[in-house]
Amino acid sequence: MDWLAARVISKRDETPRVRSIVFECPMWGGGHMAGQHVDIRLTAEDGYQAQRSYSIASAPEDDHLTLTVERLEDGEVSPYLFDELAPGDELEMRGPIGRHFAWTHETGGPLLMIAGGSGVVPFRAMLRHRETHDVDTPAKLLYSARTVEDVIYREELGRAEDAEGVEVILVLTRAQPEGWRGFGRRVDAEILSEVTWAPAAKPKTYVCGPTGFVESVANCLVDLGHDPASIKTERFGPTG
Amino acid sequence: MAIISRGFRGRRPEVDPSRLPPGQYVAHDFPVLSAGPTPRIPLDEWTFAITGVIDEPRSWTWEEFNALPSDTVTLDIHCVTKWSKLDTTWTGVSVDTLLDGVETEATHIMASSYGGYTTNLPLADVLGGRAWVATGYENEPLHPEHGGPARLLVPHLYFWKSAKWVRGIELLAQDQRGFWERNGYHDYGDPWREQRYWGD
Repeated sequence: MDWLAARVISKRDETPRVRSIVFECPMWGGGHMAGQHVDIRLTAEDGYQAQRSYSIASAPEDDHLTLTVERLEDGEVSPYLFDELAPGDELEMRGPIGRHFAWTHETGGPLLMIAGGSGVVPFRAMLRHRETHDVDTPAKLLYSARTVEDVIYREELGRAEDAEGVEVILVLTRAQPEGWRGFGRRVDAEILSEVTWAPAAKPKTYVCGPTGFVESVANCLVDLGHDPASIKTERFGPTG
Repeated sequence: MAIISRGFRGRRPEVDPSRLPPGQYVAHDFPVLSAGPTPRIPLDEWTFAITGVIDEPRSWTWEEFNALPSDTVTLDIHCVTKWSKLDTTWTGVSVDTLLDGVETEATHIMASSYGGYTTNLPLADVLGGRAWVATGYENEPLHPEHGGPARLLVPHLYFWKSAKWVRGIELLAQDQRGFWERNGYHDYGDPWREQRYWGD
C-alpha cells in the first residue's frame, strides 16, 4: 500500500487535549468505510521516521479527510500533530486500513456504538455516513467521557440527535455539570442494560476506547446475553 | 522520497536500532489488540488439537498439554499497530514437539482460536524452533487479555499471527486466508520487510 502526500487544510480544537486536523490528499481514492483508520508517517530531517495509526473521523462522503488526535503527554507523534503541524504542512499517509471495525449503511442495524474517550472518533464517521444516506437504521451512541469539557464533537453530537432514529447517551465519569441528569459513573452492566437494545434485537455492536474500557464493556455485553460474534472491538493503549 | 516534517525530531529508540523493524517503536506496557470480546475458556473444557492433512489427528487436554516438555524463551515481539516489546519471556510447548513424528503433505497451517479467530502461516514458519504454544508470560500464567490460557507465539512475524486463545492447528495442503488476512492485512507479515497490509 503506497504512502500518499497529505496537506493540512485546517485544524480545530475539539477539547483542551484533542484537535481535529483536516487534510487534502489528492491521491486518496476515497471510498473508505466508516470505522477504518490510516497510518501516518513523520520524517525528521536526518531521515528518522515514526508511524502511528489514527481512526478516520470523516465520512467517506465528506469533501476532506479528517483525523482527530488526542495529545498524549509522553507521546512521540501526537504532541507534534497537536502542537506543531500547521495548515500548509504536508505529511505522509496511507490507507484506508482495517475491514473489520467498519460499518456501512448496507451493514444494517440496529447500530450500537460504545465509546470511551477518543474512542468516539470512528463513530463520528459512522454517524455522518448514516446521515448522508438517510437510512432509517436505528443508531445509538453511548459515549463515556471524564467531564463535559472532554466531550469531543460536543455540538455535532447534539445536532446528530436531530436525525430520526439517532440517540446519543453521554456518561460523565469524573465530574458532572450542575443539574446533570445523565449517568455519572463508569459504564457498567446496569447502564448497558438500560440504554442498549436487548440481545434479541441483534444489534451490530462496536466498542472503541482504552483497553480497560473495551474489555469491561465487552464482558458486560456478553454477560447480558449478547452474542460475542456480534461485538466488534477496537482497543488502544497509551501508545503515543 | 519522504516528506520532511518541519520541526519533527522524534524520539530515538533507547535500544539497539537493529532490533527494531522499520516503522516500529518500543512499547513498555503491553497493549492489547483483538477484534472482539475476550472469550471465556474453562480449563477443564480446554483442548488443543492438530487436524487437517494428518493421518491421526492429535489432541491434548489442559492437563496433558501441561505435561509436555516446555521451553522458556526470551524474545522480541512486533505488533502491526507499530509497537514492539523487547525481551519478553514466555513459557510454552514448541510446535516441533506437537508435530513430532507427523508426516504430512501440508504446506501451510491455519491456527484457530476460541472465539472464532483464525490466522494462516506457512508450515515451515512454525517449525525449526521458531514457534510455540505459550501458556506462560513472565513466569505467570498467561492472562486472558493477552491470549490465555494459551496462545500461539511466532515472534518472527507480526504478532497477529500469534493467535490468542488458540485451540488448534489445521494442517493445510494449500494456503488459505485467516481473519485479518481477509480483512486487509498481509498474508505473510514479516516485520523486517514491513509487510503490514495487502500489497506491501
